[in-house]
Amino acid sequence: MPSNLIDALFVFMLAAFIGFEVIRHVSPLLHTPLMSLTNALDAIAVVGAIVLVGEKKSTFATVLGVIAIVAATSNVVGGFVITDRMLKMFKTSRPTKP
Amino acid sequence: MTEFAGSQYIIEVIYLIASALFILSLKWMSSPATARHGILAGEIGMVLAIGGTLLRHGIVDYKWIIIALVLGTGIGVPLGMVQMTAVPQRTALSHAFGALCVTLVGTAEFYLRSPDVPKFMMSVLSMEVILGGLTFTGSLMAAGKLQEILPQRPITYKGQNLVNFLLFTVTVGSAVYLVLHPEAKQLFPLVVGISLIIGVLLVIPIGGADMPTVISLLNSYAGLSAAAMGFVLNSKLLIIAGALDGSSGLILSVIMSKAMNRSFTNVLFGAFGQVQASAVAGEEAKPVRSATPEEAAAILSAANKVVIVPGYGMAVAQAQHKVRELYDALTKKGVDVRFAIHPVAGRMPGHMNVLLAEADIPYDRLIEMEEINGDFPQTDVALIIGANDVTNPAARTDQSSPIFGMPILDVDKAHTVMVIKRGMSPGFAGIDNPLYYLDRTLMLFGDAKQFVGGIVRELGGGH
Repeated sequence: MPSNLIDALFVFMLAAFIGFEVIRHVSPLLHTPLMSLTNALDAIAVVGAIVLVGEKKSTFATVLGVIAIVAATSNVVGGFVITDRMLKMFKTSRPTKP
Repeated sequence: MTEFAGSQYIIEVIYLIASALFILSLKWMSSPATARHGILAGEIGMVLAIGGTLLRHGIVDYKWIIIALVLGTGIGVPLGMVQMTAVPQRTALSHAFGALCVTLVGTAEFYLRSPDVPKFMMSVLSMEVILGGLTFTGSLMAAGKLQEILPQRPITYKGQNLVNFLLFTVTVGSAVYLVLHPEAKQLFPLVVGISLIIGVLLVIPIGGADMPTVISLLNSYAGLSAAAMGFVLNSKLLIIAGALDGSSGLILSVIMSKAMNRSFTNVLFGAFGQVQASAVAGEEAKPVRSATPEEAAAILSAANKVVIVPGYGMAVAQAQHKVRELYDALTKKGVDVRFAIHPVAGRMPGHMNVLLAEADIPYDRLIEMEEINGDFPQTDVALIIGANDVTNPAARTDQSSPIFGMPILDVDKAHTVMVIKRGMSPGFAGIDNPLYYLDRTLMLFGDAKQFVGGIVRELGGGH
């Protein structure tokens, strides 16, 4: 566990820095779709819930896991759908207007 | 054994690819031109990660997984189809769902592992359920306020901060005790329960205008709780996704608080709306100049440069499509029309851009505050639709004003200022706006949608 922990902390630290650098460059124009996209990506927590349900260790864990999968999946699907709808709306005037 | 190890490696490689796709996905969000590739990358990463997880050796039962995935999809699709004005509450709701997932998994993991939970594991597990719990209820409260199921005004009572502080101390204290004595199972429901209560209490005193900051902050918490879950499950994919989401939320919160000249603590513990009520009461009626749609149309068509300043009031009046018609009519006459977007316009970061994009206004006409502020002195007409506090010059000059120091759009430097407003009532923060009493300001009283429609008719009728 301790060596895993150190690895995990390194991963977290590096990912946080990448996050800051990448997101700093996102145009304020797209902050709303950015938030709905990160929301969808964050719902990757669904993998933890899937393992919980699939391993069938206790009824209690399975019930909580099923609710968790439903909640996270609705974020994945809803997040991608709405982000896509929003981004489709962003059009530039350059091709048609001077 | 070797075969087991082999498939395990394949799954880890799949997670690695998914992590890279997630980072690329966010990177491509930097510009509208590439943003849709970003969604595709995210979707592929997500499908890979879920598919890879289903291949895992430990998974013996698929029935409930499939049922839950189908159910979640069934809920997700309608949540993805909501109106653009409802995006803030949808976002808050999805923070709640994400946090719910994390909290439930954390709770299940605790009871599966207890009482042999190593100290480090218990610490991250506590972080997971505390952050998850308060984000869950806090986001539900935020969604309720945005949907106007709950009152939007701040709800405050005496000793509020003390109560919150005490509750927070009790949860963290119990969590620390659990770390040291993981066999004290009965404390766990207490930790989760109080976290849920804290979430409610933290968001109750926050008013509508502070929602952009709160949503961003909750976004950050949701990400951090997912990262904590990654530590518990030793899943690097989850740690990465959580860290990306956490940093994204944090950056947005910082941008939002700067745009309101407030600190996090001030937003969370300040209860903004209270102070200004008295400030308004002291104001007496001052003379203003008003104009009709005909007069407004005449001034606008004579202008060379027009800057439209949209606020949340425009969205409430559903006026964005009329504003688009106004944009078209003026552009046809050769008037240069641009839109000035304050960072906190709307109910969440970037909300106004989405609302205008939905009305088919080209995004290269939407200009950020820093960029457009220098242009106001050369602007013939600044037309303000449903915005108030973000145009209030008192933020620059009046030290006693509650919004003093907040960066604003310098509309008062334009040659003519026009303000579409229902009446002389103050904005969300309840602060009087000296802009309305300037000689160069014309008040256009009426419903935003009807008034803009009236201007458009005049512009069309003239030629």
